[in-house]
Amino acid sequence: MDSAVALLLAQDGFTNGAIYALLSLALVLVFAVTRVIFIPQGEYVAYGALTMAAVVTGQLPPTMWLVVTLGIAVAIVDGVVAVREGAKSRLPLIIVKNAVLPIAAMVVVRLLPLKELSYPLQVLVALAFVVPLGPQVYRLAFQPVAEASVLLLLIVSVAVHFMMVGMGLYFFGAEGARIPPFTEGGLTLGATFIQYQTIWIVGIAALLIAGLALFFEHSIYGKALRATAINRTGARLMGISADLAGKLCFTLAALVGAFSGILIAPITTVYYDTGFLIGLKGFVGAIIGGLVSYPLAAAGSILVGLLESYSSFYASAYKEVIVFTLIIPVLLYQSLTTKHVDDEDEH
Amino acid sequence: MAAYLTPNRALIGFVLALGLIPLLAGQFTVTIVNYIGLYALVALGLVLLTGIGGLTSFGQAAFVGLGAYATAYLTTRHGMSPWGTLIVGMAVTTAISLALGFITLRLSGHFLPLGTIAWGISLYFIFGNLQALGGHGGIDGIPSVDLFGLDLGNSRAFFYIIWATLLAAIVTTQNMLDSREGRAMRCLRAMTMTEAMGINTLRYRMVLFMIAAQFACVSGWLYAHLQRFVNPTPFSLGQGIEYLFMAVLGGAATVWGAVFGASAVSMLKEYLQDWLPKLLGATGNFENVVFGLLTIIVLHRARDGVWPILMRVFASTVAQRDAARSVEPALPLPKRDVPERGSDVLQVINVTKRFGGLVANNKMNLTVRAGEVMALIGPNGAGKSTLFNCISGVNPPTEGEIRFMGQRIEQLGSREIAKLGMSRSFQHVRLNQDMTVLENAAIGAHLRGRKNFVQSAWRLDREEERRLLWEAAHQLQRCGLGEHLFDTCGSLPLGKQRIVEIARALCSDPTLLLLDEPAAGLRHLEKKALADLLDKLRGEGMAILLVEHDMDFVMGLADRVLVMEFGEFLAEGLPREIQTNPKVLEAYLGGVDE
Amino acid sequence: MKPILLETRGLCVNYGRVEAIHKVGIRIRQGEIVTVIGPNGAGKTTLLSALMGLLPARGEVSYQDQSVLGTLSVDALVAKGLVLVPEKRELFGSMSVADNLLLGAFARHRRGDRDHAKTLDEVYAIFPRLAERRKQEAGTLSGGERQMLAMGRALMAKPTLLMLDEPSLGLAPLIVKEILRIVVQLKGMGVSILLVEQNARAALQVADYAYVLENGSVAVENSARALLHDPRVIESYLGLGGSHSIAA
Repeated sequence: MDSAVALLLAQDGFTNGAIYALLSLALVLVFAVTRVIFIPQGEYVAYGALTMAAVVTGQLPPTMWLVVTLGIAVAIVDGVVAVREGAKSRLPLIIVKNAVLPIAAMVVVRLLPLKELSYPLQVLVALAFVVPLGPQVYRLAFQPVAEASVLLLLIVSVAVHFMMVGMGLYFFGAEGARIPPFTEGGLTLGATFIQYQTIWIVGIAALLIAGLALFFEHSIYGKALRATAINRTGARLMGISADLAGKLCFTLAALVGAFSGILIAPITTVYYDTGFLIGLKGFVGAIIGGLVSYPLAAAGSILVGLLESYSSFYASAYKEVIVFTLIIPVLLYQSLTTKHVDDEDEH
Repeated sequence: MAAYLTPNRALIGFVLALGLIPLLAGQFTVTIVNYIGLYALVALGLVLLTGIGGLTSFGQAAFVGLGAYATAYLTTRHGMSPWGTLIVGMAVTTAISLALGFITLRLSGHFLPLGTIAWGISLYFIFGNLQALGGHGGIDGIPSVDLFGLDLGNSRAFFYIIWATLLAAIVTTQNMLDSREGRAMRCLRAMTMTEAMGINTLRYRMVLFMIAAQFACVSGWLYAHLQRFVNPTPFSLGQGIEYLFMAVLGGAATVWGAVFGASAVSMLKEYLQDWLPKLLGATGNFENVVFGLLTIIVLHRARDGVWPILMRVFASTVAQRDAARSVEPALPLPKRDVPERGSDVLQVINVTKRFGGLVANNKMNLTVRAGEVMALIGPNGAGKSTLFNCISGVNPPTEGEIRFMGQRIEQLGSREIAKLGMSRSFQHVRLNQDMTVLENAAIGAHLRGRKNFVQSAWRLDREEERRLLWEAAHQLQRCGLGEHLFDTCGSLPLGKQRIVEIARALCSDPTLLLLDEPAAGLRHLEKKALADLLDKLRGEGMAILLVEHDMDFVMGLADRVLVMEFGEFLAEGLPREIQTNPKVLEAYLGGVDE
Repeated sequence: MKPILLETRGLCVNYGRVEAIHKVGIRIRQGEIVTVIGPNGAGKTTLLSALMGLLPARGEVSYQDQSVLGTLSVDALVAKGLVLVPEKRELFGSMSVADNLLLGAFARHRRGDRDHAKTLDEVYAIFPRLAERRKQEAGTLSGGERQMLAMGRALMAKPTLLMLDEPSLGLAPLIVKEILRIVVQLKGMGVSILLVEQNARAALQVADYAYVLENGSVAVENSARALLHDPRVIESYLGLGGSHSIAA
C-alpha cells in the first residue's frame, strides 16, 4: 500500500469513526441514565437518512404516520395515568403535546413545497419526523419497565429493534437511497483528494460532540441527566423524575442517530437495515469505554473506524469479522481487571 | 373428572399424541412439528441461561450453525460418519463457549449478550465468506443419518430422532435442576449469598452457558441431517434473536415454556407471513413487527412468560404432583469435629476497614469462643455489618488480622471461608423466593455433597441427594419449620424467612455461626423459640456471633456483649454491665447537653 | 393553634406480606419541628419513604389540605415543597458541591423560578463550609460535610416541609450539635421540619412534639419536653424494663 492509499483509508476511517463516535456517546448516555442497552440506535440512523432522502425528492416523510400513531398511543397511555391519579386537569396538555402537535405537523408538511425548500430546512423537516420517535419509544416500550433488570431492558431493546427494522422495510422499501452532499466537490491536499462532505461529517460530528459536552457541563438539564446516571434515588428526590430523564436522553439519542444518518447518506447508500451494523460499531466503541466513559468511547469509535477501513483494504470479506472481534481483547482486558461483580443481587 | 389429569398422565398423553403425528399427519404438519422440535431444543438452552441463570445470549443461532456446518463439512468433504461429526461439533462448541464465557462472565451480566452479538455476527460472515464452506451458496449433499442400520433419510422417520432428543434433553434438564448443583444454578442471581454457601458462581454460569450452547449445537446437527443442505441464512443474528423471543414468550423460567414458545412462534410466523401482507396490502417483515410487539407486551404484563399463566389457569384442573411431599429418611451426613468448649474459634485483631476516606471499622478486636454466644451491638451506622462482611470474606478488611480456628482468613474469599466451617445469615433475607423452604435450606449443605450436574442429569446422585435433603429437613425441623418444608419461601412471613436462613447456615455443619439481626420481624413466641434454639446450639459447642437490635433478646441470650460506635470499640462485658454502662446509654440515646 | 401542614391517618406500609408500618397517625403543624424517634427497625425510614411517595402505602396522607397518597409523584411533591434528606444522603458523588446544590433547585427551575442565585447565597450563609468547598467533588467530603451538603441541597428547593432522616447518623457529637443548631435556625426561617432520629435525646431537645415509633406503630406521643424524661423512651431503646424479657 502506498502512502496515498493509506491516507485515503485513514480519511475513510476517520469519517466513519466520527459517526461511530457520535453514536457511541448516545449509547453511553442512554445506558448511564436509563440502563437500557439501546440496540435500536442504528435504526434512527437509517430512518434519518431515508426520511431525508424522501424529503429531498419532494415526497412526504414516510415516518409521519408512525409519529402520529405513536403520539396518539402516548396520549392515551399518559391520559389513562392522569385520570387514574385524579389529575384530569393535565389531560388537555397531554393531548395537545402528544397527539395534536404531530397531526398539525403532518398537515403543515403537506402544505410545504418540500422539494423547493432550502437544504437546512429539509434537514429540519426530516428530523421533525424522526426525532419524536425517541421519546415516544421510551414512553411506550421502556418507561413501564424502567425499574426492571438490565437484562430485561436489553430484551425489550432488541424487540424494539426488530419492530423498527420491520417497519423500516414497509416505510422505505428494500431499495437503498443516497442524498446529495451538503457541498459538491472537494479539495486536493497534497496527494489526496478530500470530499467536502468528509469535512462536513468530521466537522459537524466534532461540533455536536462539543455541543453535548457543553450541555452536560453547563446546562441544568444536562447536569440533571448526569446526576441521574450517578445516583438515581438522589436525582428523584430532587424532583428529577426518571421519566423525564429517560425521555430527554432518548430524544438526544434519536437526534444524534437521525443526524448521523443525514451526514452519511451522501457518501454511502443507506438501506432500511443498514443502521443496525452502524449502530453496533458504535457499540464496539462504547464497550471499549466500558459503557461508562465518554472520551474512551469516542476514541474507541475512531479506532473502530480506522480498523474497518484498513481491513476492508486487506481482507474486505472479513472486515465485519475483524471489527467485531476487536471487542474480544477489550472484554478480556476488562474481565481480567475487574475484581468482583455483584450487580445482579436480587432485591 | 379433573383429578384424573395428573402431570404424569398429561405428559404420557402428549408423547403418545406426538408419536402418532408422523403416522397420521400430512407432510406440512410433520415439517412444522420437526422445526418446532429443533427450535425448542435451542430455546430450552436459553431457558437455562436466561430463566435460571439470569444471563442471556443472542448468539445461539451461531452455535446451531456451528453444529450444522461441522457435520456438513466433515461428512461431505472428509467422509466422516454423522455420529463422529456430532462429537467434533460438540467439542468445538465446548471450547468456544468456554472461551466466550471466560471472557465475558466475570463482567456484569450484560456483557455476555453483547459478546454473543459480536460472536453471532462474526460467525455468520465467516460462514458466508469461507470458500471451504461453500460461501453464501452453502453445502449440499449431506448424507442421511443411519441408526443401527436403519436409514433415517425421510422427515417422518427423522421426526422421532428430533423429538426423542428434545424429550431426553427436557428430562435430563429437569433432573439436573432438581439436584444439589441444580439448586446452586437456580440461586446464581443472589451471588453474595451463593458464594457465602461455598458455591463457585462463575463455574455455574459457565456450565449453564456451555449446556445452552450444546443444545444449540445438537439442534444444528439435526437440522443439517434433516435438510441435507446448509447455507448461512438460518444462523444469522436475527434468528438468534428469534430464539430468545421463543424462550421469553413461552416462559424463560420453565422447561416446558421452551416447547410452548417454540410452537407458538413457529405457528404464528407461519400464519402471519401468509396473512399480514394480504391484510395490509404491502410487503414487509410484518411478522417481525408482531413478534417484537408481542415480546414487549409479555415483558410488560407477564415477565415470566405465557406458560406459567397457562399453568395457573390449568392448576385447578391438573392434580398437584404429590410425590415430592415427603422426605425419605437417609443416613446422616458426616460431621465436622467440634472444637473444645471455651477454645478460641474466631479472633479479630486490629481490623480496620476503609471505604475511600471513610473509616468504617477502626482497629476492632474481638474473640468468639466455642460454646459461647457473643453479641455485637451499636447504633445504626456503627459499622457492625461491615465487620460481619470482613469476617465472612464478603468484603475483606483493609488492615488487621482475622484468625478462624487458628488459620489466617482475612485475605480469603467468602467461598474458602465457608469451606473452613463458618456460615452466616444476611440482614436482608437472601433466599430464592420461588424455591421451597427445603430446597433453600439444602443450599447450605452444598459443600457436603460431591455429585456433579452430569451425574444428577442421569439420576446417579439419588443416594447423596436423599442424605442432603434429610439433613435439610432435620435442620428445618430443629428450627421449628417442619410444617413448611414444601412451601415456597416467598409464601412465608419475613420473620420465618430469617429462620430459614439460619437453618440453611446450620446445614453446612458450621463451627461458627454469624447471624445478622436474626430476631427482626419475629413475634414474641417466635423470638423465644429462636433464643431456645441458639441456646441449644451453644450447648452443643457451637460458637455464635450475632448482630441484633432487639435488646431484650440480646441481653437475655448473650454470654458477652460488645458495643461499637463510629466504627470503634466502645465497651465489652456481661449483658448486665452493658445495660448500665453510661457510655452505652449515651451512644444510644445521645448526649447533647441541655 | 397553627394550621396543619401534613397529617397521616391509618398509614400502613407492607414489604411483601410483612407490615412494616401499621396504622400510623402523625400530624405536623406549620412552623413546628416534629420528631419521630424509636429504635432501629421501628419503621422510621419506611414512614418517610411512604410520605415521599417512594413506597406504596395504604391509608390517608394529606399535605397542604390535599390528599396526596398515590396521586402525586415524587417530583410533584418536591415541586409542592415536600423535600426529603435521606438517611444515605444520596449525593451526586462525582459532581461538585456547587452542582449538587444547583440540582437541588431543579424542581423550581422547571416551574420557571430561576431565582436560585439568591437561595444559593442563603445556603452558603447557613453552611459556610460548603462555600469553602464549592468546587470540590461531593464524594471527597467528610461525613459531617456530606450531611450539610444534603441539607443544603434540599434547602435549594425552598422546602415548606423538610424531612430529615437521621441527620446525626454516624456523626461525632460536636457535629450532631451543629446540625441540630441549624435545624432550629431553619425553623426560625419558617421551614417546618419532620425530624426522624434514633438519637432520641438530641431530637427531643430541639423538637416541639414527638412520636415514639415501636415495631411499626406509634407507641407514645407527647410534647417533646414531656417525653425527654419519660422512662418509657429509654425502655423502648435498651430493653431495661425487663418485664417481657425473652430468655432466662
